[in-house]
Amino acid sequence: MPLTELLVLLLVVVALWTVQTTIMRAAVGLALTSVMLTLLLFHMGAPLAAVFELSVCAGLITVLFFSTIGMTRPLDAAGVVRERKALSKRFHPAFAVCAVVGVMLWGSGYVLEIAPPQGDSPAVRDVLWGVRQLDLVGQILVMFVGVFGVVILFKERKKEEVAP
Amino acid sequence: MSPNVWIEHYRLISTASGVLFTAGLYCIFASHNLIRVLVGIEMLTKSVTLMLALAGALTGRMATAEAFIITLIVMEVVAIAVATGLVVGIFKHHGSARVKHVKAMKG
Repeated sequence: MPLTELLVLLLVVVALWTVQTTIMRAAVGLALTSVMLTLLLFHMGAPLAAVFELSVCAGLITVLFFSTIGMTRPLDAAGVVRERKALSKRFHPAFAVCAVVGVMLWGSGYVLEIAPPQGDSPAVRDVLWGVRQLDLVGQILVMFVGVFGVVILFKERKKEEVAP
Repeated sequence: MSPNVWIEHYRLISTASGVLFTAGLYCIFASHNLIRVLVGIEMLTKSVTLMLALAGALTGRMATAEAFIITLIVMEVVAIAVATGLVVGIFKHHGSARVKHVKAMKG
């Protein structure tokens, strides 16, 4: 099987496993999905995006998910059994829904008409720093807002915990 | 790889992206747990990342696609960081991270 088909298949299989399993396994599945996407991005010729995907999505976001799961109370044995039953009932139709959507998209018969690209593609740094500077400003602003939001959230909780 | 190679694969990759998007939406709407809703949102961004990379590969403008993907990843991680903080806050307040507690916040 060619590499592209194999990577796409693995990506879809891991993604479908992620949505129907328990929360802890879903966090691991999400990291695995990111790893598969990273391999696909490398294969498609986007190494910088692939490195970002691997370090941030498979690394940082997984740590965030594990921390959040760790801060919430674990279920007791009966709760785990109940949750698994509810999960299988709720999420098994996901396979059917995804299969229907996949077959519809595959069989849509849409023919892509695209002109072959002209000239060489510019370097990523030229695009990032030369063409999309406003994106960088937006990213910095969003990061500030995010940090501010997290600080406010945890500050308020600290006050609540101290209060009698 | 030349863009012509990806023209042969666009149907496969766009179908995979559509399946990922559907799985993410299903996860969001069928979940009773807020952490699982975040997993669904993550799945949606994976789908968009894949489509951006495909568009870049098809048009031969992968550098532009990479710039967009990097922006998307930065937005995604900030959104997830704030959202996980909110989930922990909701858990501390209600004692569980169920979606019904957030629904109850409506006026």
